[in-house]
Amino acid sequence: MEGRALVITSGKGGVGKTTTVANLGIGLAMLGRQVVMVDADIGLRNLDIVMGLENRIVYDIVNVTEGKCKIRQALIRDKRFDNLFLLPAAQSRDKDAVTPDQMKALLTELKKEFDYILIDCPAGIEGGFKNAIAGADKAIIVTTPEVSAVRDADRIVGLLEASDLPDPRLIVNRVKIDMVRRGDMLDIRDILDILSIELLGIVPEDENIIVSTNRGEPVILDDGSRASQAFRNITRRLEGEEVPFMSLEPGNGFIAFIKRLMGLAR
Amino acid sequence: MFELLRRLFKKEEEMRSKDLARERLRLVLIHDRADVSPQVFESLKSDLIRVISKYMDIDEAGTSVELDSSKDSVALVASIPVICVKRTAGQG
Repeated sequence: MEGRALVITSGKGGVGKTTTVANLGIGLAMLGRQVVMVDADIGLRNLDIVMGLENRIVYDIVNVTEGKCKIRQALIRDKRFDNLFLLPAAQSRDKDAVTPDQMKALLTELKKEFDYILIDCPAGIEGGFKNAIAGADKAIIVTTPEVSAVRDADRIVGLLEASDLPDPRLIVNRVKIDMVRRGDMLDIRDILDILSIELLGIVPEDENIIVSTNRGEPVILDDGSRASQAFRNITRRLEGEEVPFMSLEPGNGFIAFIKRLMGLAR
Repeated sequence: MFELLRRLFKKEEEMRSKDLARERLRLVLIHDRADVSPQVFESLKSDLIRVISKYMDIDEAGTSVELDSSKDSVALVASIPVICVKRTAGQG
């Protein structure tokens, strides 16, 4: 069966696209899938450093599309999972160095060998965004519970629809549970009502993410953290499993907590 | 006005910033989405004309449809000059 290309996008920068790609890449690899992560953020390469693979880059995506090397030569094998690969972005080129047609051709090749292709999209809505979404089968939008991020996500929903990529799914990242409880942060229900798209996951704010990024070891590898559990749930949902959103927080009274989080209890 | 006063006198603990965020987002997105394309408006206009023409003769050239936005609300304003109301109007 042919692989699926999922583009992870957001409009606004800094909401956690790259972190999401790294964690979902590892999560899907943990489930035994053949996975490749494509860093389409050309000129602002970062997926390599979040994955801790920055010292292994020889060739990049532009070398591939320009025919300077074979795809295989540019793929970096992950140090933890041998079924996980990274195709790094070029650092000294600009966003238009890969055209939509080149992107489509690249994905066609990758789909023959991989179950999942996760594309890390640059922020913004210009050329880089259009190149990154070309040829993707599905889009995942990452947002945070802030007015600016949700507004940009709404713009992205419209642009994806216009680009024949309808029905994106949403990951709400950096949810601060205490603030949602106090009514000082948009809850999931508010965001879903506004954007009217399907929820894929809720990732709580977790300091472990910063620590893990410092180390180049994505947080999903850390069993104990809440963010890890959230990303594991998302990968299972991508695999078609019905995972309740409630498993986010263990312990007593968590259904009440989830209700608050979802905005059901006021 | 009453609503505004009521809000002003609400206790601080009832003023949740997320409600403010949701309301501001709702309004800004109406503007953002309405801003998208003149084509949408043209197609809305021709649909309106088609429906209304079933009931009355209207001056198509003189018809205008636009979004009128003030600070805290947005309204769809259509001006459709009626030439003649059909005798069968209202009889299904």
